[in-house]
Amino acid sequence: MPDKTMRDALNEALHHEFERDPTTFAIGEDIAGGRGGTGELDCTGGVFGVTRGLLTKFGEERVLDTPISESAIVGAASGAALAGMRPVAEIMFSSFIGVCMDQIINQMAKFRYMFGGKSKCPVVVRFVCGAGMSAAAQHSHTNYQMMTSVPGLKVVVPSNAYDAKGLLISAIRDDDPVLFFEHMLLFQTSCEVPDEAYEIPFGEAAMPREGDDATVVAFSNMVNVCANAIDSLAEKGITCDLIDPRTTSPLDEETILESVEATGRLIVVDESPPRCGLTADIAAMVAQKAFGALKAPIQQVTAPHTPVPFAPELERAYLPDAEKVKAAIEATLA
Amino acid sequence: MQLSEQALLRAYRQMKLIREFEERIQREIMLGQIPGFTHIYSGQEANAVGVCEHLSDKDYIVSTHRGHGHCIAKGCDVKGMMKELFGSSDGLCKGRGGSMHVADISKGMLGANGIVGGGPPISVGAALACKMRGDGGVSVSFSGDGSTNQGTTFEAMNMAVVLDVPQVFVFEDNGYAENTGSSFSTGCDDIAVRSSSFGFPVFSADGTDFFDVYDKAAEAIEHARSGKGPAGVYTKVDRFYGHFVGDPEGYRAKGETEYLKEHKCCLKNFRARTLEAELLKAEQLDALDEDVMAEIEASVVASREAPRHDGSLVEEDVYASYA
Ligand SMILES: Cc1ncc(C[n+]2csc(CCOP(=O)(O)OP(=O)(O)O)c2C)c(N)n1
Ligand SMILES: [Mg+2]
Repeated sequence: MPDKTMRDALNEALHHEFERDPTTFAIGEDIAGGRGGTGELDCTGGVFGVTRGLLTKFGEERVLDTPISESAIVGAASGAALAGMRPVAEIMFSSFIGVCMDQIINQMAKFRYMFGGKSKCPVVVRFVCGAGMSAAAQHSHTNYQMMTSVPGLKVVVPSNAYDAKGLLISAIRDDDPVLFFEHMLLFQTSCEVPDEAYEIPFGEAAMPREGDDATVVAFSNMVNVCANAIDSLAEKGITCDLIDPRTTSPLDEETILESVEATGRLIVVDESPPRCGLTADIAAMVAQKAFGALKAPIQQVTAPHTPVPFAPELERAYLPDAEKVKAAIEATLA
Repeated sequence: MQLSEQALLRAYRQMKLIREFEERIQREIMLGQIPGFTHIYSGQEANAVGVCEHLSDKDYIVSTHRGHGHCIAKGCDVKGMMKELFGSSDGLCKGRGGSMHVADISKGMLGANGIVGGGPPISVGAALACKMRGDGGVSVSFSGDGSTNQGTTFEAMNMAVVLDVPQVFVFEDNGYAENTGSSFSTGCDDIAVRSSSFGFPVFSADGTDFFDVYDKAAEAIEHARSGKGPAGVYTKVDRFYGHFVGDPEGYRAKGETEYLKEHKCCLKNFRARTLEAELLKAEQLDALDEDVMAEIEASVVASREAPRHDGSLVEEDVYASYA
């Protein structure tokens, strides 16, 4: 099987689905690039190149560069979805979700419920999320943890190229609104990715490491950070289950609970600030449903309750890293 | 409008300072000294300076992601800005904001902005504060062609009229929003006409000509300052480089930027005009060039040596108080 970057894997997923389903289309800022310019068309493919080549292949009717108007982009995508299309919208950086929040949390998320189950809104909104490039406080947030709290939305957080491709295909085929968060540090990472189309079902966690001493649950790029932390504990004879839920809504509670029942220790790791977030959510779920299995207090490793800072040293202090994860694992074993 | 020799020299120095700041930071980025996403203002200096030369510290501006020029023109300390871009704890915003978030409230500079269209509503609020205090201040928002397509910008324009505040909308149309041409993304093809239909006068200027911008900005700012409500300035200008440092610029014709640098340079234009009219002497401008180069060099030397964070202050300054 060939190695592919997450960028190429996502690009392939879009190509598969655009070929398969003529109701799919892409809409967003600079997703092709070059409209109204003096040079080449389709030279951009979004800021990280994920949609490159779609315009050339599928034409201007289905690959729509837009003005800078996030509310209208997301609103138009969900309106088209209500009206029978299957759009894939792109909001460059997830921090810009602030601009189109109403269309996401009051409109697309609620249509089906408000309309008595008589509508479907098969829209996907893709975002670049996360910190690590000194992009500072308005380009570096995760935002998926906030969106997980909104009923009616499905939320996807791939941690590698293989999952990204399968999850994006599932997202496009899904009949509900799906928010799809691509961590900016992952586009260049690669692993084996099949050439053909495949789905990865929502609400099914992956377990990239298996062990006996503790359960580590992590999201998006933090899965990779935790894998490093766990691997470096092997020399001390410590082994862990590492659970990557892959979707935060729906959440695979079962895999987490089964693991904690076996290990008795839980560490939850996320790059978002701590309050009302995913780590607290999972800690509460486990405390309620597997209290008897716990041998030590649950550990949460998160960013601090601050915006994302610019200076690299501050950003490093902000982000959870392998050292912090190791310390948390060891704390449950102390 | 006739400027004094002193005012001419000052305007030239400000534009040159912005240009050399931008040229130098591109080099420092290549050397790995400046992290993050950085957007270069070279080519547009006449806009920031032509507007801000009419303002004092009691007036406000709100800027964009391409904000260094506006910051310098409004009086932000160049050394402090350079240190900020280098990520020093001694930077103008303690290294927390970086290029896209430079601000100095004491100078009436309410921030560059990483959110396209984030600025105009904030500027309307500052104009409202000026009006409520009756202190004669005005507020100016700078926007690119692309950001005029945000709902936030439309809302701010309408509300500025409704609240009748001393607000000036400056629209710098540099032909592109990232990799998309403004002719594609502006549905009505005329940002000045579209803005004026909100109910305020919009003065159009050649954004590569300091004198034209200066004159039109004078009219707009006088309109707002004298209590007649908001006004606008629309300029046609050019971006000398890519959207951000590192942009491969495939969406632009080969040779386009070289042509612009040669023929649409506000500094060359200013020099030619003032020398031809015998308002200034070449030696005066040459001396300012040298002076500016020395100031930029000193700011880089200071930034290299400036203290860095150790990570311990990551949680500082989130709130004024938080018990
Ligand atoms: C809300 C939001 N959407 C998109 C972006 C990404 N972005 C940054 S600058 C830019 C183009 C802005 O174009 P324009 O307003 O013309 O300003 P210019 O870059 O030409 O100075 C875009 C799309 C952003 N920062 N914020
Ligand atoms: Mg522009």
